[in-house]
Amino acid sequence: MNAYFDMPSDLQHSYLGLIGLHLREALLPVLFGLVVALPVAQLCVRFKWLYSPVLWVTTVLYAIPSLAFFVVLIDYTGATETTVMIPLTVYSLVLLVPAIVDGVRSVSPDTMAAATAMGFGPVQRYLKVQLPIAVPAIFAGLRLAAVSSISLVSVGTLIGNQGALGNLLADGQFYHRTPLIVTSVVTTALLAILVDGLLVLIQTLLTPWAPRGGKSAGKGAGKSGRPSLLRRRTTSAAREPEPAAARAALEDAVR
Amino acid sequence: MIQIDSVTKRYPDGTVAVDELSLEIPDGSITVLVGPSGCGKTTTLRMINRMVELTGGRILLDGADIHAQPVNALRRSMGYVIQNAGLFQHRTIVDNIATVPRMLGWDRDRARKRARDLMDRVGLDASLAKRYPYQLSGGQQQRVGVARALAADPPVLLMDEPFSAVDPIVRKVLQAELLRIQAELGKTIVFVTHDIDEAIKLGDMVAVLRTGGKLAQYAPPDELLSAPADAFVEDFLGTDRGIRRLSFFTSAGLELTTAPIIAVDSSAAQVAERTKASGAPYLLLTDTDGKPLGWTGPAAAAKGGAALSVAELLPHGRPFVFGKESLRDALDCAVLSPTGWAVAVDDGGRVVGVTSQTTIAEAIRGAHAERGAAGSPSASAKAAAAEAAAVDPAIAESKAAESKAV
Amino acid sequence: MNVLNFINDFFSDSANWHGTTGIPHRLLEHVEYSLLALLISAVIGLPIGLFAGHAGRGGYALAAFSTAARALPSFGLLVLMTVWLGEIGTTPAMIPLVALAVAPILVTSYEAIRSVDPAPVDAARGMGMSSAAVLFQVEIPAALPLILSGLRSAAIQVVSTATIAAYIGLGGLGRYIIDGLAQHTYGKVVGGATLVAGLAIVTIGVFYLVERLAVSPGVRRGR
Repeated sequence: MNAYFDMPSDLQHSYLGLIGLHLREALLPVLFGLVVALPVAQLCVRFKWLYSPVLWVTTVLYAIPSLAFFVVLIDYTGATETTVMIPLTVYSLVLLVPAIVDGVRSVSPDTMAAATAMGFGPVQRYLKVQLPIAVPAIFAGLRLAAVSSISLVSVGTLIGNQGALGNLLADGQFYHRTPLIVTSVVTTALLAILVDGLLVLIQTLLTPWAPRGGKSAGKGAGKSGRPSLLRRRTTSAAREPEPAAARAALEDAVR
Repeated sequence: MIQIDSVTKRYPDGTVAVDELSLEIPDGSITVLVGPSGCGKTTTLRMINRMVELTGGRILLDGADIHAQPVNALRRSMGYVIQNAGLFQHRTIVDNIATVPRMLGWDRDRARKRARDLMDRVGLDASLAKRYPYQLSGGQQQRVGVARALAADPPVLLMDEPFSAVDPIVRKVLQAELLRIQAELGKTIVFVTHDIDEAIKLGDMVAVLRTGGKLAQYAPPDELLSAPADAFVEDFLGTDRGIRRLSFFTSAGLELTTAPIIAVDSSAAQVAERTKASGAPYLLLTDTDGKPLGWTGPAAAAKGGAALSVAELLPHGRPFVFGKESLRDALDCAVLSPTGWAVAVDDGGRVVGVTSQTTIAEAIRGAHAERGAAGSPSASAKAAAAEAAAVDPAIAESKAAESKAV
Repeated sequence: MNVLNFINDFFSDSANWHGTTGIPHRLLEHVEYSLLALLISAVIGLPIGLFAGHAGRGGYALAAFSTAARALPSFGLLVLMTVWLGEIGTTPAMIPLVALAVAPILVTSYEAIRSVDPAPVDAARGMGMSSAAVLFQVEIPAALPLILSGLRSAAIQVVSTATIAAYIGLGGLGRYIIDGLAQHTYGKVVGGATLVAGLAIVTIGVFYLVERLAVSPGVRRGR
């Protein structure tokens, strides 16, 4: 076991310390990304013409390799955690904006009209109707962002040991300790799965009105009530559970 | 002939959708399965082409078990029309219709030619051939669905609530079109609907199913209306089934009178003479072609021919086509007419006579005596007669005047 | 220092346009790696996703598998594969790239088939189409835009991530980034990153064209 969990002294961290560091470097950017993405997405919903150029910019940003991003930033922010976290924030932002826009847009005009008719102002309508209904879509984006962020932190090892668990990769090669590399990969993957599961749990708690998988309604169709793996695009699948969801959210809001 | 022989569908969870159902579906006619939701009508239909596999009993197609041939061969021998048409959005209209012929190995040109013929048959303009489904209205899409089902000229057509998703006006047109096509092709059609009016309008035979997949009654629509088997069927038929049954009685035997009819170019003397002869307070004025213009009021008639101005006429309402339309139509015309008299016209719209509500009521009684006795002399036949009689008080006021005219 | 200057310097240096270290050669290598990784991922992901979607089974298994595949850190996996397999050709680089790309392809193609309108599928079965014909003639044509979007998103991630191949001594545009980092010539890093981003845009363009050609106008306009 020691071969796997004895941390080389140059890392200046215990195994658990590395995990903490990794989570911080990976998840703070997701949080920042969400904070920025919400107003950006709302702007895109409000001004429809904005969405297309925003999508293009985000896609190009997303395509820039993380390593290149890190390297360019060294000149500004040095070989620090910040240098790793800025690109990760950008990637999160890029994943979250379309997710939120699609989610908010998927709220049916009927629901919006009903909310307006009940006397909701624009802000209330956004906070109490649109946002709650968009929660599943937003969480789909959050899960992708968190998992990819956790994976990408490791690359930070290449810019002066800023990769948390990823630093084990460089050390493992340097000291010829393959078990350290295995530890790095397995721990990172497990962290990603854990955080993903945690987000699913939070989403379930936030959306008690959402239909749970498995229960199907309607005769013989057999195609409804399936587990939806994708919620990002406005497919009919994503729209399907919406009326019930919309109704419940409205009822909540009225209370 | 399709024989459904004590067929049962029991799902693994124990739910019974269809329970020991037996039906004989005659060739060349429309058989409608009707009932509330959960009565197993769609399940029954889908068992015929094995979209749902039965769990008990058997279904015979022309004497052979439907399991005797490969399932896809069976399905290709039956047209299948569903509620939302289910068109292939990636194929043009003509290629949608050509699907089954292509599956049966026809070459593309022959299949497309056949598809274009069918478009014509179901009343689709040829210019739509190269369009895609999203470019068509719901009614047009449903026509394509019917054409696609007919493409390989299958003897059997299975239709699962085909007109439920279109608006009432389009539905009426599509129903009429189906009857027209059926008159030309004489297919064996099994038609599922939850709409009893649609069932009565389209069905040669109607099977009413009750919740739990049991047969409540299997009869021609006329018999269904006159003699519902039990309270469930009676309730399902609705309150005005007596009136609706009149749709099955022809107006051909109705007694007409031409006494109060007068052309617009008649002289004052003729008008006065006709007013006296008919004894009616109203005269029906026609144009020189014999088409109805309207009723003259008693005052106008008293003034004689000089005052026969079209502007003062009472509207004659919708006339009924004598011999073609039913007693229900005649009665409806009379009830809606301001004078209480119905105007009968020929195919060209020329007046052939007028008739009063009393005369129609007598004709109804006569028809019931003839037809109702042949059916079961049950409470329902009586109810129908009572309903016809109930028309009378409504016309009591003008009865004195009318009885003279008749 | 200015990123635009770096880009300008990098692309105007004629030395960067010739030979095995030149842009055309590196670009070609990058495209090769990306295409190979995408091809392998598609060969694995498409059939499984499409058939699972058609059968309506295995959704939870696919979700679990793709979550696991996504959770694998690409860079860590690359290092691990290099240590385990040695630096033998492109295999150690292909494994993390395929792990990255297979999840979106698998999940999207499954979900694409599942979200096809059930009415035409019912009609197709009812008129006697075989199960395979239903999948290939009805479900896939209708689901194609979504299937392509899964492939596209996989392709963009592969193009971006294929840079890590340079870490284990392979070529591709990652060379400029890794070498630039080692030599502290940031111009190279920025130039390499620009090329990768450009390639991603071209990828989007290619997918746009494929969609125009392969997707029926009835499906494209009907959405």
